Amino acid sequence: MSEMTQVSTPPAYGQAVDAAVAPAPMQDPRRSRSLWAGVVLTALGIVTVAIGVAGLRGANGWLQLAVVVAGLALTHVGAGRLLRHRFGAGFDLTSWLSAIWLVLLVLAALLAPVLPLGEHEDIASTLSAPVFARPDLLSEYPLGTNNFGLDLLARVLYGARASLVVALGAVAMGLVIGAALGIVSGFFRKTTDAVIGIFTNSLLAVPPLILLIALATVLEPSLRNLAFALSLLALPSIVRMARASTLTFVQREFVLAARAMGASRLRIMTRELLPNVMLPLLSYAMVMISVLIVAEASLSFLGLGIQPPDPSWGNMIAEGEGNAFEEHPHIVLVPGVVLFLTVFSLNLLGEKARKRFDPRQAKL
Amino acid sequence: MSSSSAALQERSGAARETPVLVVDDLRTQIHTPHGDVQAVDGISFTLGRGETLGVVGESGSGKSVLGRTIMGLYTTGPTMTVTGRVLIAGKDVHALSASELRELWGGDVGMVFQDPMTALNPVKKVGVHLTESLRKRRGMNRPQAKARAAELLALVGIPEPRRRLDQYPHELSGGMRQRVVIAMALANEPALLIADEPTTALDVTVQRQILDLLARLQDELGMAIMLISHNLGVVAGRADRVAVMYAGRVVETADAAALFDAPHHPYTEALLEAIPRLHQPPHVRLAAIDGAPPNMVAPPVGCRFAPRCRYAQPDCTEAPPSLDPAMANGVVTPGHSFACYHPVNAGGQ
Ligand SMILES: Nc1ncnc2c1ncn2[C@@H]1O[C@H](COP(=O)(O)OP(=O)(O)O)[C@@H](O)[C@H]1O
Ligand code: SF4
Ligand SMILES: [Mg+2]
Repeated sequence: MSEMTQVSTPPAYGQAVDAAVAPAPMQDPRRSRSLWAGVVLTALGIVTVAIGVAGLRGANGWLQLAVVVAGLALTHVGAGRLLRHRFGAGFDLTSWLSAIWLVLLVLAALLAPVLPLGEHEDIASTLSAPVFARPDLLSEYPLGTNNFGLDLLARVLYGARASLVVALGAVAMGLVIGAALGIVSGFFRKTTDAVIGIFTNSLLAVPPLILLIALATVLEPSLRNLAFALSLLALPSIVRMARASTLTFVQREFVLAARAMGASRLRIMTRELLPNVMLPLLSYAMVMISVLIVAEASLSFLGLGIQPPDPSWGNMIAEGEGNAFEEHPHIVLVPGVVLFLTVFSLNLLGEKARKRFDPRQAKL
Repeated sequence: MSSSSAALQERSGAARETPVLVVDDLRTQIHTPHGDVQAVDGISFTLGRGETLGVVGESGSGKSVLGRTIMGLYTTGPTMTVTGRVLIAGKDVHALSASELRELWGGDVGMVFQDPMTALNPVKKVGVHLTESLRKRRGMNRPQAKARAAELLALVGIPEPRRRLDQYPHELSGGMRQRVVIAMALANEPALLIADEPTTALDVTVQRQILDLLARLQDELGMAIMLISHNLGVVAGRADRVAVMYAGRVVETADAAALFDAPHHPYTEALLEAIPRLHQPPHVRLAAIDGAPPNMVAPPVGCRFAPRCRYAQPDCTEAPPSLDPAMANGVVTPGHSFACYHPVNAGGQ
């Protein structure tokens, strides 16, 4: 029974074991030198950040920012070395940081009402608050205030709620409708395929910004309508991806095997095709969320999305209009950096997941 | 054609009670962009309980299309025209409605596929592959279906069946997966099992294990098996009867022993010479036969094997030879028919 001994361990498990066993003997001089370099760099980085945050209070803002950024970069390089030393060469600090950032952001956005945050939208209650206060992590306004004295940290987190709700809602709608259309299209081919093809192609033929502006002028700018409008943006590519994977999977013998066991067409589409099609789609959805966050920000920036004083990353950036940005760059930098980090993290992790679940290299 | 099916019916005692499968002058035409392909061109046979028919021919000779046409199971894609009759357990397959067909599939007839790597859904656990149909068809609840699924896995010789239920297909070896595919086909105790190249994707030792398994299951469950292979060696010793297919037609059919002893058709002879020997690597093509099977959109008139036949004479290309009973010393050899004007090993004619 030689075949019975060929049972293979799943590759992911094997890798995890390798990584855990990896820490090599300390006597290797190159490895221990790299360990020391890591320790030194990390310590140096932390000290630099501390100097930037605490030591340079009141100094030139750009200088302070530059010092903090340099400190963070040093810490990143140093900590990366340390962690690779501990967990093996495959350890990817940036991916972990991206995941941590996203988790923290989502948690903070969810918990915003119960967190001890400053005022985020009621102008009347901030009459005595400082206006355009500079970010200072040790002060009452860690990320500063805007022209009405509203707390930027609070606004960024409440803005995250809007951005995430809209982007997630849009992607969820796009996934449900897009996967259904794509699978039906790829499964039935013929007329169904042609009709759905015409629909997706016409959506693609309208420039996205024009589509959004047209919808924004017709629809109330509510979160739900925004999500709906943005889902139209996500839809064509999701339909195409779902259709393409359906076409490959429908050829596989397991579909024929399911039919040969008497499965109905609906059952084949939902039980055999959907799970296979969904896997690559979900990783693509991460990237799509980031695109839609940017799209929502653009709409709000143009005044077509979320209306101030309700915060959104887009309309916060728009507050830098006129010479506010020149004189108080943090008005734009704070929401801008948060937007950048979020989009960057989603893209990085989405790409990683996509490579892993690419239908062309899907595990057979 | 029908004369041969009558002859087959007459000789086989099992077939006389109620044949599990009756195929009568079956023709399948596939409409492709390049023209119509006559993939199955007038095939007739019957198969009784507990019998095994080996269907052998080079790749492209129409074996898979034959198997699927018999099931009434068409791949999505090109349209097909089917004529002739198929009775499975007395039911006329091509007269059934879509829902009656689904009853038939996985009920009276099960199918085993060539590639166990793709015949299982990669994101479904082994257990789910089995329990889905048990629950739907037999109305079993979850624990009942699970228990039955474990029984089925044990039946096909998988150790630790309970644990396997929770594994994904990629955690099993090729041979184990093929056992799972067989267990799926057997879930509802079919009267007929169509095994389309069940061992082609497996290595040699595993091939033998799977074929032994099929033989044991047939003994235990008494089903009829249609064993399709491109390799005459695979059906040797496994099939009661063998039908050799070339370009959509049966060119020779006989009891396995008679066919291996004294093949009458030059194509059968060539296939016998081309049986891969044990020392050869698996999956070698049947390189011993020169040339390629004919273009099925416009097959040669007359004998379709003529362009590659070493015994071909001018009369071979005039009209297609019919499948007629073999004679030895002026007497019809029961169950042995062939379609050739200049047969080999037919000294008595
Ligand atoms: N889906 C299809 N579309 C077009 N032609 C097909 C299709 N399936 C089978 N054929 C044609 O039918 C013939 C028989 O194919 P098949 O039954 O798969 O051969 P075998 O199983 O004996 O290798 C071949 O000539 C093949 O090209
Ligand atoms: S009929 Fe002629 S060409 Fe055909 S197999 Fe016989 S001898 Fe060869
Ligand atoms: Mg085949």
